[in-house]
Amino acid sequence: MNVVTPFEGIGASVRRKEDVRFLSGRGQYTDDINRPGQAHAWILRSQHAHARIQGIDTAAAAAMPGVVAIYTSADLAAIGGLPCGWQIHNKDGSPMAEPKHPVLAEGKVRHVGDPIAVVIAETRAQARDAAEAIIVDFEVLPAVSQTTAALAADAPRVHDDVAGNLCYDWHIGDKGAVDAAFAAAAHRVVFETTNQRLVPNAMEPRCAVGDYDTTTGEHTLFTTSQNPHVIRLLMGAFVLQIPEAKLRVVAPDVGGGFGSKIYHYAEEAIVTWAAAKLGRAVKWTADRTEAFMSDAHGRDHVTRAELALDKEGTFLGLRVLTHANMGAYLSTFAPCVPTYLYATLLAGVYSTPAIYAEVKAVFTHTVPVDAYRGAGRPEATYLLERLVDVAAKQCGFDRVKLRRRNFIATDAFPYQTPVALQYDSGDYFSTLDQALKTADWAGFEARRAEARMRGKLRGIGISTYLEACGIAPSAVVGSLGARAGLYEVGVIRVHPTGSVTVLTGAHSHGQGHETTFAQLVADKLGVPIANVDIVHGDTAKVPFGMGTYGSRSLAVGGSAMDKAMDKIIAKAKRIAAHLMEASVEDVEFERGTFRVAGTDKTKTLTDVSLAAYVPHNYPIDEIEPGLEETAFYDPKNFTYPGGCHIAEVEIEMETGRVSMVNFTAVDDVGRVINPMIVEGQVQGGVAQGIGQALLEACVYDQDGQLMSGSMMDYTMPRADDLAPVSVATHTTLCTHNPLGVKGCGEVGAIGSPPAVINAVVDALRDYGVEHIEMPATAPKIWSIIHGKSV
Amino acid sequence: MPQVTLTVNGKTHTVEVEGRTLLVELLREKLRLTGTHVGCDTSQCGACVVHIDGNSVKSCTTLAVMADGASVTTIEGLAAADGTLHPMQEAFREYHALQCGFCTPGMVMSAVDLVAKNPQGLSEQEIREGLEGNLCRCTGYHNIVKAIAAAQDVMHGKRTSIAAAAE
Repeated sequence: MNVVTPFEGIGASVRRKEDVRFLSGRGQYTDDINRPGQAHAWILRSQHAHARIQGIDTAAAAAMPGVVAIYTSADLAAIGGLPCGWQIHNKDGSPMAEPKHPVLAEGKVRHVGDPIAVVIAETRAQARDAAEAIIVDFEVLPAVSQTTAALAADAPRVHDDVAGNLCYDWHIGDKGAVDAAFAAAAHRVVFETTNQRLVPNAMEPRCAVGDYDTTTGEHTLFTTSQNPHVIRLLMGAFVLQIPEAKLRVVAPDVGGGFGSKIYHYAEEAIVTWAAAKLGRAVKWTADRTEAFMSDAHGRDHVTRAELALDKEGTFLGLRVLTHANMGAYLSTFAPCVPTYLYATLLAGVYSTPAIYAEVKAVFTHTVPVDAYRGAGRPEATYLLERLVDVAAKQCGFDRVKLRRRNFIATDAFPYQTPVALQYDSGDYFSTLDQALKTADWAGFEARRAEARMRGKLRGIGISTYLEACGIAPSAVVGSLGARAGLYEVGVIRVHPTGSVTVLTGAHSHGQGHETTFAQLVADKLGVPIANVDIVHGDTAKVPFGMGTYGSRSLAVGGSAMDKAMDKIIAKAKRIAAHLMEASVEDVEFERGTFRVAGTDKTKTLTDVSLAAYVPHNYPIDEIEPGLEETAFYDPKNFTYPGGCHIAEVEIEMETGRVSMVNFTAVDDVGRVINPMIVEGQVQGGVAQGIGQALLEACVYDQDGQLMSGSMMDYTMPRADDLAPVSVATHTTLCTHNPLGVKGCGEVGAIGSPPAVINAVVDALRDYGVEHIEMPATAPKIWSIIHGKSV
Repeated sequence: MPQVTLTVNGKTHTVEVEGRTLLVELLREKLRLTGTHVGCDTSQCGACVVHIDGNSVKSCTTLAVMADGASVTTIEGLAAADGTLHPMQEAFREYHALQCGFCTPGMVMSAVDLVAKNPQGLSEQEIREGLEGNLCRCTGYHNIVKAIAAAQDVMHGKRTSIAAAAE
């Protein structure tokens, strides 16, 4: 019987259903899947940033033990390039430059890691051995790796047909209004910064297993993806020309994504294609070193921003010029990151009346860049929140008062920004006040003085941020260049005995959907979560889906489920009315029980579901048997989580090492379904934000060689680099989705980096420092303290 | 090819391997114990940690032949035969110390050894330092540290259960 005790619905910190599986080693990740007769692929990749391929000699490699086949681009002539899912238009209305992104390099390699050939052998070790025996005759060419250098007149071209390496030159906002604002301003503040390139580094390296049924012609791809239906669409329609009905894509347990597993990658097409060609399954699993040079990277913006203020500190205008590095090719959603996920966020939480932003996207000889946790919004937030601090310092305003003065008023929603977005709800004053109190902002100077006695430099920094989640109304993103719709799909299947299977197009790779989504069902239908099964990640099971990214799973996928449950209840009420011999208008439903209003006549959901599947006493002429409903939910707007993050740091003067001592996050993520999971998402996001602020940087040398190409060179945050994070929420409901939810997956990574850097700069206030670029590593800080370069 | 005889989770296996075969490859590919993961190739991440004769070891940097004659425990062998979770596993669940689950097997195996080797008990900072060899990209570690702190109380007999430690 379906009895929900203890409460498992919305607001309960239910322990996760998926955990026992993961804790006992029984998760099933892609690399855990092995198909009968499976061969193994190894990809030969370029060690050069830019080179012409004069020839590829595979003869010696082909003769090595276990080698089944070796393929180069010549073998793939019939298949398409990897498609880009978003087209941006230039200022003059012309489309962006969109050079071909071949699955295997055609004639030239354009970044370290660019795939050249694939060896398929009986074992992975044999494939790797043979790949080492392939001789590639390279003519090494000059390369460009740095964002701004790519536009220089004499810069080497990444693509012969893309002049000046310019992918697009785009803008948004009212230039005239901004110029007028600056002309009238009492203060003009200029801030220049680089938002450094990052490597997402989900702990599970990418993996793909292709299989092919020679009797049915059906292809199956198991892959580490955040959105298997999107992969089926992109790969099937654009690369391999396989109809959907003959292509199944499965994304099983996936070990973290953070954006990097959204995109359609070459290796997915290679194993799918090769499996059919060879008539046997083919598996490819990335080494971490390979991941560094083939997973899409994140961020990499160079920006100059100017803020105009009146003499009291009211923001009058904001002018931004950003150069965004796309890497060597356009990854699936790359072009929208520095435009519609970045420049549209430049109002932030402020009522700045005039904003104008230009974005020039460039190609370089580096790994393609795409969305990484936050995607554009961390770059916008970092820029704004550092700029506000710089303005406060230069113009003599208190940094908290300056923020508060310019906040969008709590009664101003819906609020139309000058950069396209319309915020539906928010309350930036309350999150600020709550964070100031939790962090004991007022008592900080005593802590600074106490730390100084211990020889430490202590600083405190604040960030008041906003982001846009739940992407998005399909028609809107379509008009902005998206080549896909961005709705989500939910199926609610109530079984004869009242248990429930949910099919969702969202994909869980750490977010705990199996728990949170089951809680939605428990709350609305009264079914205990133990009797709710969440199915995701398989195109053969789930009708369709756009997947999980941009903190959209609950806001869009959860809303689709909610809509499907409304349909279930509507149908079930009609069945219940029949069973209770009542009028359907008189039937009420609450958490599992149908009741004839004002009477003690009741039926349970199980009574109704049994009648629906065993329709003996059933209005068969009016209602179809069965109890299953599908809903596609297309959101009306983005959602707008926001909040306040406060970081407190101490710097060791002898070494320059920054220690996180306190971190306070007060976030408005809309209605909270599972507080434990929300807190976990914020903590994880903050850890990545602190990683960006203090530790992480993907470094290329001038020649395009990847200098931080392993976990020995790229500093991942470890347990002792971080401190406890105080997480709290202050809720204003999203006004346009049925759950009132906003999304929590990215707030931590968006709000935290500027709070940390503001704290570091504050700690160094006696050293005349206006800004320190991320990551604020110990050598940089030591140099400032000791007045010497290292 | 060399032969390796080893006991894994109480069961003895004799397996032919290449000289270069890593212990993690033997576990995952020969024995199909896929709970032990590979997250890097430079011995940084710790997703592959197993116990060899009671000591936590990175199985990605151990040759299979080095485990000849050894007793190996993997994440699959940590819970009791009836499925009752080890206190460390229970604590990870109670404290939401895992998200995607990929680093979790190695994290749990490292944590069990860390606690077992420190019967005097570990401070929060000592736990953080003790996790030097394990990376997690999802959680920010805070809940992992809390889980280990709770589990050590149970493992050292100071509390009867994780639920009691949580209160």
